[in-house]
Amino acid sequence: MSLASANTVALDGPAPVGFAEKIWRINWGLVLVLTAIAGVGVLALYSAAGGRFEPWAARHAVRYGSAFVLMLVVAMVHPKVWLAMAWPIYIVSVLLLVAVDVIGKIGMGAQRWLVIGPMQIQPSEIAKVAVILVLARYYHGLSREQASQFLYTLPPLAIILLVVGLVMVQPDLGTAMMVLMGGGALLFVAGVRIWMFLAAGVGAVACLPIAWTLMHEYQRKRVLTFLDPDRDPLGAGYHITQSKIAIGSGGLFGKGFLKGTQSSLNFLPEKQTDFIFTTFVEEWGMAGACVLLGLFALVLVWGFSIAFRSQHHFGRLLALGVTAMMFLYVFINTAMVMGLLPVVGVPLPLVSNGGTALLSVMFACGLLIGVNVYRDAQLPRTR
Amino acid sequence: MKHFRKGDGERSGLFTRRALLLGGAQAVLLTALAGRLYQLQVVETDRFATLAEENRINLRLLPPSRGLIFDRAGQPLAVNRNNFRAMATSDRGRGVDVLVERLDQIFGLGDAEKTRMLRELRRSRNAQPVVVRENLGWEEVARLEFNAPDLPGVFIDLGQSRDYPEGDLMSHIVGYTGRVADEDLAGRDDPVLQLATMRFGKKGVERSLEDDLRGRAGAVQVEVNAVGRVVRELDRTEGQPGSNALLTIDLDLQRFAAEKMKEHQSGSVVVMDVITGDIIAMVSTPGFDPSTFARGITQSEWRDLLDNPERPLHNKAIAGVYPPGSTYKMVTALAALESKAIDPWTRLPCVGHLELGSIKFHCWLKGGHGSTNVTEAIAQSCDCFFYEAARRAGIDRVSDMAQRLGFGKVSELGLPGESAANQPTRAWKQEKIGKPWQHGDTFNLGIGQGYMTATPLQLAVMTARLANGGYEVQPNLLLAKATPREELAPPPPRTKPSAPSLRLNPQHLALIREGMVQVVAAGTASHLRVDAKGRPLDPALRFAGKTGTAQVKRITEREREMGITQDQLPWHLRHHALFVCFGPIDNPRYACAVIVEHGQGGGKTAGPIGRDVLVETMKRDPSRRTDSFRKMASR
Repeated sequence: MSLASANTVALDGPAPVGFAEKIWRINWGLVLVLTAIAGVGVLALYSAAGGRFEPWAARHAVRYGSAFVLMLVVAMVHPKVWLAMAWPIYIVSVLLLVAVDVIGKIGMGAQRWLVIGPMQIQPSEIAKVAVILVLARYYHGLSREQASQFLYTLPPLAIILLVVGLVMVQPDLGTAMMVLMGGGALLFVAGVRIWMFLAAGVGAVACLPIAWTLMHEYQRKRVLTFLDPDRDPLGAGYHITQSKIAIGSGGLFGKGFLKGTQSSLNFLPEKQTDFIFTTFVEEWGMAGACVLLGLFALVLVWGFSIAFRSQHHFGRLLALGVTAMMFLYVFINTAMVMGLLPVVGVPLPLVSNGGTALLSVMFACGLLIGVNVYRDAQLPRTR
Repeated sequence: MKHFRKGDGERSGLFTRRALLLGGAQAVLLTALAGRLYQLQVVETDRFATLAEENRINLRLLPPSRGLIFDRAGQPLAVNRNNFRAMATSDRGRGVDVLVERLDQIFGLGDAEKTRMLRELRRSRNAQPVVVRENLGWEEVARLEFNAPDLPGVFIDLGQSRDYPEGDLMSHIVGYTGRVADEDLAGRDDPVLQLATMRFGKKGVERSLEDDLRGRAGAVQVEVNAVGRVVRELDRTEGQPGSNALLTIDLDLQRFAAEKMKEHQSGSVVVMDVITGDIIAMVSTPGFDPSTFARGITQSEWRDLLDNPERPLHNKAIAGVYPPGSTYKMVTALAALESKAIDPWTRLPCVGHLELGSIKFHCWLKGGHGSTNVTEAIAQSCDCFFYEAARRAGIDRVSDMAQRLGFGKVSELGLPGESAANQPTRAWKQEKIGKPWQHGDTFNLGIGQGYMTATPLQLAVMTARLANGGYEVQPNLLLAKATPREELAPPPPRTKPSAPSLRLNPQHLALIREGMVQVVAAGTASHLRVDAKGRPLDPALRFAGKTGTAQVKRITEREREMGITQDQLPWHLRHHALFVCFGPIDNPRYACAVIVEHGQGGGKTAGPIGRDVLVETMKRDPSRRTDSFRKMASR
């Protein structure tokens, strides 16, 4: 009823939306689904710790609580603020990435963390959201004709590839893939010509040998192991073999809560982070896996419907970008633990243990819900 | 405002189309994930469930405790004692280099040990532990515990190791155990042999009774985590300890015989029951200390044992081959008598030598023995008589008789490494030397020289078969064996041989035995009719024998002319001294064979040992017949 009245007034431009209206427009169903997924995370982490809340499950619940508040706050912020903040956020995240690379040079091996006071932050997680924001802002300012022109495609390519490059250097192949594919999805829906994607695809294949030479030894090993997991069952292929054993032995209904032998006896590596899906599925079986994947699918459906209902292009692109990011997280992680993709460090959103990833996902969901709250906001097509 | 809307409409139309395309792609990929889940969790779930169980459940074998070995009176010869040992497991071979380096710093392992450990740790499947070091002292245990945080996967295990209380006295008979070698696994699929701590009989009775002594492994099913640590025990089956064994050896007599051999560098004594075939004593000197093998022999100790010219690792009683010399003359005599080539009254002349074509065959007595019959010839050990007797009987009959008396083949004793020595035949010479048998060969064989060789055990067996009236008795080392649940007791005593008869004429046997009686009474060993202190022997302990002196090297005509004596030759070229004997004369029960390597005169060197050991055996006879065993064993 209040919705209908808002629409009638909108003939002359939208009437300002009241606070109660904003609260009402929050997709509470989506919030519930997200909380359910986080609940699965608490359950799985409790089991991964051998039936204890410490060290992961309790902290996960607390983190979700604060991320939940962050999400609601972000959802209440008017899109024009994000329109204005997009570039500054992007620049800051690029600077943080550079900082982490420099410190990483000083330290040893892969450096993904930046320690600021008591906090450890992962700049690549922030960068994922920043790229979506800045791309949405860019295409918001272009007409359909402009969006389809090659010249106008160059700046977004630079935006994406700068971040991809900085993340690759860390090295973090998983995040780099996610930024590349997430950015590509945004470009696709924004109206970039199909032939350009085809050209990029052909170019990528042509560049594969070069990428191979640039890869680290352990990355090459992972790719080789993915192609043939049995070539080194006790070495690099060990993780994926054990993960498949855990999932497969779970069967239809699983071994039962806290009864997963593969995880409790430590045959599973990284069982609280990247392989949390395996831990959960070993105990809850295919039924549990379908429920969890179904919850994620619901999030995606919600995301698409929010994108379609947005009256402004910025909102559409933002919502779709967040949805694509969510999908990539879930798909890459689960496909990896099931042996369909090489082992790359991508967590399962809202389930894996890890603070920054949780915050960035919830921040993104806040943006998504914000698009719905302010779906009929009037946004100027500024550059 | 209109312009705003129009442009946006255009954009949103394209957006919607492409977003739906993207959504469709996502739906397809999510469906693929569900398909993969179906494949893993429904189609292949059984396979993965099995793999998960194999991951989780580890079957660990419990090594059985090895059977004990006793002498016939129940005195321990091989026992088990507690052994603290350091073991190591590795997480799929990770970090083994560092681990081995640290262990080296603690124990000083040495390069060979380090290489072995690295190999075993890398090879070890299912995180089966590998032995680092055995028989740790308290100080070493303490040092290991102190450094435990730096040694992941290392733990101390209480096991058993073998101990041989009699040391070198019983070393050749009991033998020793060692790590299981690849060749030990042939024909044995007992999984317990895969255990790193398992020991396998390498020599002696430890080897011949291996399958009895080993026992059956128990098993424990444990749940393990990814690094092989045991989380909990699921199921346990106790194994069965190995059988205990009672040997025929009389430890006290063995010690007595070894004591008698002590004054000589190298040699062997075998004492055998002529009725049962029981080996009562079997000495081979020098011996070795089997505990060096139990604790792990070092390279230099092994070198020393191998390089020693007296060959301490060699059991000379069964593996030492010597020309039997004059101790073989009973075979020649019996073959000639049985083939009617001579009869009890045949007298043959001796002038000190016999000529065959241009070759002279000498008798040991320069002037010759004159005319002798078979009994006198044995008593005086006249070579000429036996040249002629052998010639008359022929090679085939002599070697056939020798084989019936036990020469030229491995006995049923069962100890590893027993030699068949060599009983030459026509066919053998044609095959091995490539030349036909000559008369001269028959002459040499007649006095136990030439191609003929025998082991001390074969000499004892021959003497026993002559003494027991021609029964084909076989030497035997095992008196009884029993699982720990059964009673270990010797079988009831026997007075009649159970072995088949050789069907020899008893009259002929009696003649041979009479000759041997005369050897001691008035012949070549007449100095043995009194004991070491010159007192006459108790009539009940009187014995018969035969001396033998075996040439190691041909005596040349030059040496014969120059009168070079044996003392002037280097040790390793001197004659071997041999003596065989049995007793008591009236009702023979024991046979004894003695060989002293390079001991020169058989009667002089080997004879007194044979006398003392045989007399002691007969003196101790009642103790073997009474029920003294139980008293000893229950002590």
